[in-house]
Amino acid sequence: MYFHISIATALLLALCSSAVVAAEGGGFNPAISLILDGRFTSYDNGTDYELPGFMLGGEAGRGEEGFHLGHNELAISANVDDMFYGKLTAVVADHEGDTEVELEEAFIETLALGHGLAVKGGRFFSGIGYLNQQHPHAWDFSDAPLIYRGLFGDQLRDDGLQISWVAPTEHYLKLGGEITRGERFPAGGASRDGKGAGSLFVKMGGDIGESQAWQIGLSHWQADIEDRTSGGHHHDGAAAEIPTYSGDSQVSGIDFVWKWAPDGNASERNLKLQAEYFIRDEEGTVVMDDGSDTPETSTYNGKQKGWYLQTVYQFMPRWRVGLRYDRLESDNRGSDEEVLSEAGLDDEGHTPERLTLMSDYAHSEYSRLRLQFAKDESYEDADNILTLQYLMSLGPHGAHRF
Amino acid sequence: MNRTYYLVLFLLGMGLTQVSVAKLNIFACEPEWASLAKTLGGDQVTITAATTAHQDPHRIEPRPSLIAKVRRADLLVCSGAELEVGWLPMLQRQAGNRKVLPGQVGYFEAAEQVERLGIPKQVDRSMGDIHASGNPHVHLDPNRLLTIASALSERLKTLDPSNAAHYRSRFDDFTSRWRQALKRWQRIAKPLKGARVVVHHQDWDYLFDWLQIVKAGSLEPKPGLPTSAGHLVKLRQALIQEPAGAIVYTHYQSPKAANRLSQLTGIAALELPYTVGGGEGVTDLFSLYDETLKRLLKVIP
Repeated sequence: MYFHISIATALLLALCSSAVVAAEGGGFNPAISLILDGRFTSYDNGTDYELPGFMLGGEAGRGEEGFHLGHNELAISANVDDMFYGKLTAVVADHEGDTEVELEEAFIETLALGHGLAVKGGRFFSGIGYLNQQHPHAWDFSDAPLIYRGLFGDQLRDDGLQISWVAPTEHYLKLGGEITRGERFPAGGASRDGKGAGSLFVKMGGDIGESQAWQIGLSHWQADIEDRTSGGHHHDGAAAEIPTYSGDSQVSGIDFVWKWAPDGNASERNLKLQAEYFIRDEEGTVVMDDGSDTPETSTYNGKQKGWYLQTVYQFMPRWRVGLRYDRLESDNRGSDEEVLSEAGLDDEGHTPERLTLMSDYAHSEYSRLRLQFAKDESYEDADNILTLQYLMSLGPHGAHRF
Repeated sequence: MNRTYYLVLFLLGMGLTQVSVAKLNIFACEPEWASLAKTLGGDQVTITAATTAHQDPHRIEPRPSLIAKVRRADLLVCSGAELEVGWLPMLQRQAGNRKVLPGQVGYFEAAEQVERLGIPKQVDRSMGDIHASGNPHVHLDPNRLLTIASALSERLKTLDPSNAAHYRSRFDDFTSRWRQALKRWQRIAKPLKGARVVVHHQDWDYLFDWLQIVKAGSLEPKPGLPTSAGHLVKLRQALIQEPAGAIVYTHYQSPKAANRLSQLTGIAALELPYTVGGGEGVTDLFSLYDETLKRLLKVIP
């Protein structure tokens, strides 16, 4: 879903002019919001990144070295009328020297069905898990947890339909389901006539006194996959053989978040604790596509799981510190272990883990500067990663989710 | 079959009785509106206050419990003028309750009922967290509050016409008590006229406008931005030139900045209740004004 730079420029110009018109009209419709994200990263290792036991895809990778741009995004959103809300988010990124615009989200959502019902259609982040629905600029760390990297290529999003219902109960209870195209990683092939993936999720939550709030979620995602390629776009294309997977994929997860602030007043001090656990079962075939008529093939029965636990503490206005621990495990079997190993599905006797420390400073709620250090043992060569990042938000910017 | 039939009848009956005794379910964004709705609605309404006097109404987490409450509300009563822009739209979008969406009869914005102070000529983030529709802290002017009470009472009648007489009599009672109190407040507040007071945030614009108190500076260098040492030094210099009678802040704001400036200048730092529940004995809107004036008069005799 990339289109060329000139179209991107035209889009930006059109947006700017409409923003001027909106400002002159004194209105804010539609809301245009821009996220600026820039980074400096240093690694100890120069080797290619891999995550033993997992086929990487989507956005997954360790990112570039030195000064580089992060996730710069432009979002336009508004109520279309009294019934619909619409939003489009475009990510502007450099990709191998070319500036490209990727359509990250483009969806409509009902506003006024009532009875706790909402229907969303288009391209959107799936409602599974806790972190999945948050935009990267709302993350507390500058990168995704390893389990999100390993299973979803950082984040699960697809084109389709979502229906959700909030129960009219004392405690918060939300049920949701999605049916989606199933073409993007970690699905593939848009099987079942373009309805290849689906999910179900439940969320519950409440308060404990005035100072604490919690939410717990359960989710399940399923896809019929045809020729999911991996290697992603972060490899330099030198690999002659491209591993592809076809078969069934089931992901189940549980997520938990707990927030504390004295008397519920988060402006001075607050604490957040969050954890997620996912497990994936896959059964199918792995093919090493080398362009020949008889590529190497293996049956594949994969079990991958992982979790992370993180906590972020704002100890005074503007300043926060955070700690995150990640851990993955996999047990992948097949008829030809060598093929699986070439596909990156052998865990090589290694248990990927990572410890991340973060501190950030927010001059206002619209600007943030972050310093992050990670001891990354997600592959065999342990790496020390230092990241310096700015995140700025321009224009009207709506509230973040809980 | 027969059993199912009775079960359906039973459930229907339960549903009907629930409807007939169901009270109007009000979700008040801030304690002052919870108090006003309680005064005007009496026992015909059930009230949930989304925030307490200890919480900054600009910065509230759109918590799951609040989504559940908005889901079941018949009426939202909020300050409006973008005070809740950081959390209320998220609650409304997530709750799936069309009765309480903007533009619906179940969404009441207090600031929209009155003329607002501080409407900026232009809006730029470098000016801090300013509201394009003006200052939203409208409940601290007793005259505006009466206008809002009248509009809210009308709204209750529209939503629950069968109890219109009940709401009318409660409003009449409130109006006469409020007018009497207003006379008393105006009489005792005379010494405050022309006094100079430093504020933490622009929470007090309407109160000062009513009492003709002069704002002598603000601890926040820009609205919504925390104070800095450099800013305090500047304030101190300005206050040496032209002194002030008090430095006011409220419960949800940290007293540190006010106390620091108080040390630097010798001007008394004073916590004011700001809203219902913001101090001992501040249990309704009447005691909110009583206590606010009492505390101000103690340091500015």
